[in-house]
Order: sequence, then C-alpha cells, then structure tokens
Amino acid sequence: MSIELLAAPLIDLPQRWMAALLAIIALTLVMTFAVMFATYYERKVVARMQQRLGPMRTGPYGIMQAFADTVKLVAKEDLRPATADPVAFELAVFAIFVPAFIALVAVPFTEDWIISPMPLSLLFLLAVSGLSFIGFLMAGWGSDSKYALLGGMRAAAQLISYEIPLILAMIGIVMVTSSVNVGDIIIFQDKVPLIVWQPLGFLIFLTASVAELERQPFDIPTGESEVAGGVFIEYSGIRWSMFQLTSYVNMYVFALLGAFVFLGGWEWPFGRDIGWGYQLFLTLAKMSLFIVFYLWSRTSFPRLRVDQLMSYAWKVLIPFALLQIFLNGLVLVYDLPDIVLLITSGAAALAMVALVYRAVRVTPRVPLKMVSNTMPARSVV
Amino acid sequence: MTQAFFDLVAAVVIVGALGVVMARSTVYAALFLIASLLGVAGVYVLLATEFLALVQLLIYGGAVTVLLLFALMLTHVRDLRERAPEPAQRLGALLAGGGLLAGFITMVYRTRWPRDNGTITSIDFNTIGNALFNRWAVPFEIASGVLLVALVGAVVIAMQEEGEHL
Repeated sequence: MSIELLAAPLIDLPQRWMAALLAIIALTLVMTFAVMFATYYERKVVARMQQRLGPMRTGPYGIMQAFADTVKLVAKEDLRPATADPVAFELAVFAIFVPAFIALVAVPFTEDWIISPMPLSLLFLLAVSGLSFIGFLMAGWGSDSKYALLGGMRAAAQLISYEIPLILAMIGIVMVTSSVNVGDIIIFQDKVPLIVWQPLGFLIFLTASVAELERQPFDIPTGESEVAGGVFIEYSGIRWSMFQLTSYVNMYVFALLGAFVFLGGWEWPFGRDIGWGYQLFLTLAKMSLFIVFYLWSRTSFPRLRVDQLMSYAWKVLIPFALLQIFLNGLVLVYDLPDIVLLITSGAAALAMVALVYRAVRVTPRVPLKMVSNTMPARSVV
Repeated sequence: MTQAFFDLVAAVVIVGALGVVMARSTVYAALFLIASLLGVAGVYVLLATEFLALVQLLIYGGAVTVLLLFALMLTHVRDLRERAPEPAQRLGALLAGGGLLAGFITMVYRTRWPRDNGTITSIDFNTIGNALFNRWAVPFEIASGVLLVALVGAVVIAMQEEGEHL
C-alpha cells in the first residue's frame, strides 16, 4: 500500500460513494413500501381465489390494512424467551435481512437504474441471496425451542438443496449468452426472450425459486401443522416483521431475476428504442407476472412432505437441469440452429411435467391405514 | 478509502479467527468461522478477483459452513468446560502456533511471486475459465473424479450405518 492511501483521512467519501449511499437508502424505503403493498395484494388475491373478500374494513376496499398492520407490528412488544441465546436470537434477524437487501444493489431496474453495475452481477445475486440460511440456523438454534430448531434445520436444508438446480439452470443461461452480467443477458434477448429457447431451464428456475422463497407448496420450514411456524415461533413485534419484510423482498428479487433472465427484462420488446419509462414498465410488468404465479401456486398446491422435498430436488430437478446444460452444449459445439434447442428443451420440459403429473396421480396400491406397519418414511430433519 | 476498507476486512478476518479458537460455545465458534470466511471474500475483492470472492461466498459462506452448523446443532455438542489448560500444554500450543505463524510469515516474505511488480492486475472472468477448462483441464477432471468417489463413498457408509444391505 502506498503512503498516500495511509495519509488519507478515514472518512473521505467521494461523490460516487455518497450517490451509492443515497441510492441504497432510497431503495430500502421503496422496498419497504413495496412490501407493504405486497402483503395487501397477496391477501386480496388469495381471498379472490378462495371466493372471499379479504380485508375490507380499513379504508376503502381495505386499502389502509397494510399501514394498520405495520403500526400494530412495530408497536408490539419485542419478546425474547428467557432461555434463548441472546446473541444468536437477536442477530439472526440481521443475518437474514442484510443479504436480501444487499442483493438489490446489483438489480438493473432499467438500462441505467442500477446502484452498482458489476460484470458478475448474476453470480453476485445468487451468491448473496444464498447466505440467508445462516440467519435461519441462528434463529432456530438461538430460540431454544424444538419447533424453531426443526424449522431452522428444514429451512437451511431446503435453501442449500434447491440452490443447486437454481444455479444449474442459470449455468445453462450463461452458456447460451456467454455473459454473467444481468445487463448483457437482458440485451442478448432483444429479439426473442430466453424462455423460448430454454423452456426446461425456465421450469426448473420457477420451481426452485418457489422452494428458495419457502412459499407454498414448499413452505415445509414454516408449515403451521408440522412445526408451528418454524423459526418464527418465538419472534414477535419488530423482529417478526423484519423476517416477513425480508421474505417479501426475496420474493421481489427472485421475480425480478426471472423477469430479467427469462422474459427479456427491460429490453424485449423494443426497450432500448423507447426509453427508461417504458423499460421500468416492462420490468415491473414482468416481475408482477412472477409474483402472481407465486400467489397462485400458494392457493393451488398442497404442501410437499419433507421426504418428498429432497427426492424431488435430487431425482427430478437436478437431472433435468443437467440435461438442459447438455443440450446447450450440443447446440453450441456443433453450431446447430436455435430451433433444435427449442424442440429438445421443450420436449424435455414436457417430459418433466408428465413425470411429476404421473407421480402425483398414482393411486396407492395398499389402502391407507392409520397405523402403518411398513417402513416409516426416512428423513433427516 | 481502500486502506480503510482493508483495515475493516482484516479486522473481521482476525477477530473471526480468534473467536473460533477462543469461544467456549462450539456454535459460536462456527459462527465466528463464517464471519472470518466472509472477510476473506472481502480480501479477494480488494485483490480485484471478484469471481474468487463470489465463489468464496457461495462455497465457503454457504455449502461448507452449513455442514458444520448442521453437525453441531443436531448432535448436541457440549460447550467446552471452563478449565485452565496444563502449563506444559499451554507451552506446547504456544510453540506450535508461534512456529507455524513464523513459518508462514517467512514463506510469504521469501517467495518470489511470479509477475509481482507491486500493482494489482485484474484477471478477467473469461481468462480464469479458459485456464481452468483448457490449460488445466486434466487436473480439474481428476479433482472432480476424486470428489465423485468421496460422494459415493459417503453414501455407501451412510447406508451401511442404517443397517441396509447394498
């Protein structure tokens, strides 16, 4: 290190650091309001799908419900069990909260609206959002509750396992676009979005992202009927709301990632020709498609059993993700036309759907008994 | 600014490493280890190897430490007892640790690093890929073969422990 750097004052923020700081503060505030809207929206959409009205009392059409909930949650007492480990219990919230917001640094909302453009932004998004399991384990272990510990273990196991098909699906994308920069991947799709050439990769991303978000039908770590809320069981007030805030921010991040990587982001169609307003509209519209899918799957599918979870990741998703990588390699090495990719990947996607459908529809050979005399289902957690 | 960032990262790495050996609770030690490993990712960022930093987050921050935490939290490891170590043991530990540290420091100072001219050359992501999959493809494949054997071996051992026959 040179002498000039040592002589520099400790706090000497250049202008771009100030700009980055302000952008991060603004983004945190915007995301907090976006999450408040998302809770209201989720309750309304789910109510609609279940032929209910949802929140109606607070304000016209219940529009103030999210604000009322926020006031209630923030004002509620922040409790900690007497036997809980104070350090792990209190810091777990931040270990989940911080990675989710750091991931937003590399998200390009339009061509220019990005806090930090970096050449490896796709890898950055995946690596940073994969760190949240530490917080779940800290919360589960620190709460000193069996349900919380089981929930934390399940959460960590699920996050780590489903990260593999997610990253493998992204490797397929990186092979085709030959870039790890989300911006370059978006510009690559100026003619046709990548969902057309990589339908199998898209399906795998969609499934694995629901599992990474721990939303239904993959809400095994928080399933009320099994582990009574999992890691959240001992939390209340502001800390519980920070957990909820983080899970919704993660939902936005994965929806944005899917919109950028598979649906063409702010580029397709004609994004760069029209301008930033249209680009922002494209980003938000495609993001909303993913969010509606996440809400829809919540009301449509029953929860997986914990032993089905691992076999689904290892026996279905990962082999098919490797197949997608193999197909991409064939097309790249032998310079085949893109249409080959569409046909083969589409056929494999149909095969995967058929396989899952067959597994779901199969009728049990022996009638179900209350007490089973066969081997119990094996599972670690 | 870079110097301040380096000081911060170095402090995280050193405090984390000290915490690993000094914490009484084994789970705390594992959490300190995670902090230390994440700090090493910061060192890689300062050396302009972003790819290595992100892989450090992904592999060491994620996959490796989750195994440690799982093993610790599921097996009820007892915390270390408050007990002063024997004087001879303390002396031996001091000698071994100090000797290792001195050895590493001399090694770092006396090695003539290739292409060391005092500046940091940023290495392109594509260059790393080319080196790994073209020039050093055979060692890479051997390493993955060894890992595959280890994986299959672990499955075999786990199946035998549960009393199942292959």
